[in-house]
Amino acid sequence: MNKKQKKVLIRIIIAAALMAVLLLLPLEEDSILRFVLFLIPYFVIGYDILKKAFKGVKNKQVFDENFLMAVATIGAMALGEYTEGVAVMLFYQIGELFQSYAVGKSRKNISALMDIRPDFANIMENGELVQVDPDEVEIGTEIIVQPGEKIPIDGVVIDGNATLDTAALTGESVPRTAQIGDEVISGCINMSGVLKIRTTKDFGESTASKILDLVENASSKKSKPENFISRFARVYTPAVCYSALALAIIPPVVSLIIGVDPRFTQWIYRALTFLVISCPCALVISIPLTFFAGIGGASKAGVLVKGSNYLDLLSKVKYVVMDKTGTLTEGVFKVTKIVPNNISKEELLEKTAMAEVYSNHPISKSLKEAYGKPIDSSCVLDVEEIAGSGIKALVNGYNLAVGNEKLMNLLGLQISPVQEPGTVIHVAIDGKYSGYILISDKLKASSKDAIKALKQSGVKKTVMLTGDSKNVADIVANDLGLDAVFSQLLPADKVTKVEELLAIKQANEQLVFVGDGINDAPVLSRADIGIAMGALGSDAAIEAADVVLMDDDPKKIAKAIGIAKKCMRIVYENIYFAIGIKVGCLILGAIGIANMWYAIFADVGVMVIAVLNAIRALRVKNV
Amino acid sequence: MKKTYKIDVDCANCANKMEQAAKDTPGVADATVNFMALKMNVEFEEGADVKSVMAEVLKNCKKVEDDCEIFL
Repeated sequence: MNKKQKKVLIRIIIAAALMAVLLLLPLEEDSILRFVLFLIPYFVIGYDILKKAFKGVKNKQVFDENFLMAVATIGAMALGEYTEGVAVMLFYQIGELFQSYAVGKSRKNISALMDIRPDFANIMENGELVQVDPDEVEIGTEIIVQPGEKIPIDGVVIDGNATLDTAALTGESVPRTAQIGDEVISGCINMSGVLKIRTTKDFGESTASKILDLVENASSKKSKPENFISRFARVYTPAVCYSALALAIIPPVVSLIIGVDPRFTQWIYRALTFLVISCPCALVISIPLTFFAGIGGASKAGVLVKGSNYLDLLSKVKYVVMDKTGTLTEGVFKVTKIVPNNISKEELLEKTAMAEVYSNHPISKSLKEAYGKPIDSSCVLDVEEIAGSGIKALVNGYNLAVGNEKLMNLLGLQISPVQEPGTVIHVAIDGKYSGYILISDKLKASSKDAIKALKQSGVKKTVMLTGDSKNVADIVANDLGLDAVFSQLLPADKVTKVEELLAIKQANEQLVFVGDGINDAPVLSRADIGIAMGALGSDAAIEAADVVLMDDDPKKIAKAIGIAKKCMRIVYENIYFAIGIKVGCLILGAIGIANMWYAIFADVGVMVIAVLNAIRALRVKNV
Repeated sequence: MKKTYKIDVDCANCANKMEQAAKDTPGVADATVNFMALKMNVEFEEGADVKSVMAEVLKNCKKVEDDCEIFL
């Protein structure tokens, strides 16, 4: 608790104790002494409210909660309801204290979650290690990161190796390793070994700073419920005040006219009850708090949401459009299958890699990578490239032909077509077919589960867009159980496809596009929500997307939707609950069933419950 | 031009009022107050003098909520 809160707490305790004593004292009802004695706890607990209410009136800001509380309690005191008068003030203060404590606590919780802000950088100066402000480190400076320290600035490792804890950034607890030549990003914690890093960015442009900036500014983009609540609060409080006034005047006047006992006191009491109930605090605090907690909880799970409006939209996602390469697949080409024919696997791979030794094509590279041993290029002679088909070469005296089906047909070899996703490299040795090697982009291990999870979360349609060939795309889509696939698309076609889907969906259904942030910025911004994944170290993705997944696990898409749904459920629970109880109590108050005590519950009790409910949004583990 | 300021205010409704007061200040194109992060984002109108506009914003905020602060 901070100083302000402690002061209020002490006042609450004193006022409560005083009131307890006064209630035990055998004081005469309606005596002046009783009134004066009750004024003591009243002023102890309420002096600041009275002062603020007075200032509000002076500044023509009449209808704030201080004014409501001041009028209600002064009225109660004037009617001789001393206990109620003090109690309303007391509970109001308890509620305010609780609220301010809860808000402070969740602020702290969330900044602890995002504890990636580096405080210093170590640089070598005259052979000594000096700690400096990371803001002052220039690009290209060598910095030292010791075990237990955070990497302060993005850079490249130039000496040492270490395991890095990226949990604060990605929500994943599996450590990564960093070796010489690796790019490392700020915010990771060095768990072992000393690293020497050459910085490649300014502090302000580094990942940690960017992420913090993003999260801290997140709730500035307000969602519909938030805007609704601020509009509601502006109308609601004056409306209740006027109804209170009407309740105090009209029934007694009508009674007078028709000649019944006007019972002024009773109607004024009911009107005062109205004022106590009318305070919109529960709504006004709990809705932004829920969003704040939701965004905080999401960042704990490695999902950065750029504004509370996106949580709102995410909860209504019905169409998920995904890029293939890098999103559902690893995005790197690898030898995934070797099918030899009258030859050993190793030999087939070796010969193929040798034939491709001079080529720099990604396919050749992946072959050489799979082979993994240095190749003596002097054994490779007479290399002949046959455009669009492959390569012929003389390797160790063997006549090799490496390429596609066309090349095999050219050699007069009949082969059965291979129906597998990826690029098929057929090999013929000395004119005889020797098998094929399959090179493909591997599906991510979690892609299948990710699609299933999306379906379970109520997504109507999962769509994959890719520039890849139809054959490959269809097999991947089938494998994953996607609803639709569009292949052989140019980057501009992706925008068109997304626009087509946007046109057929209903207004309250949202479309999300998920990409890896490379080359798909236009699609990311065209979709209702753009999600960029694997954003560690990719500025472009962080800039272009509305939601950023820190690592490249596609399961996080469903997780993000789950978090958004939970958050919105809590938001609506709080709205219905708070407004429901308030309206109920207003009605009961008007007909005289609810007294001041009900009113206190409707105000403070509802607020406490709503705040506790809001904080639930922070817990996202099992969403 | 956009600028972000740290603020201090106790209640969410007061933050809403500050936002409204800031929006209504001449020279301010748009303003949002983020109660949870205790920040105010102000978008200034073209050619507005940031210093004097913010002094006005603070004055107007103080009018609607006495107990608030903007760290200029």
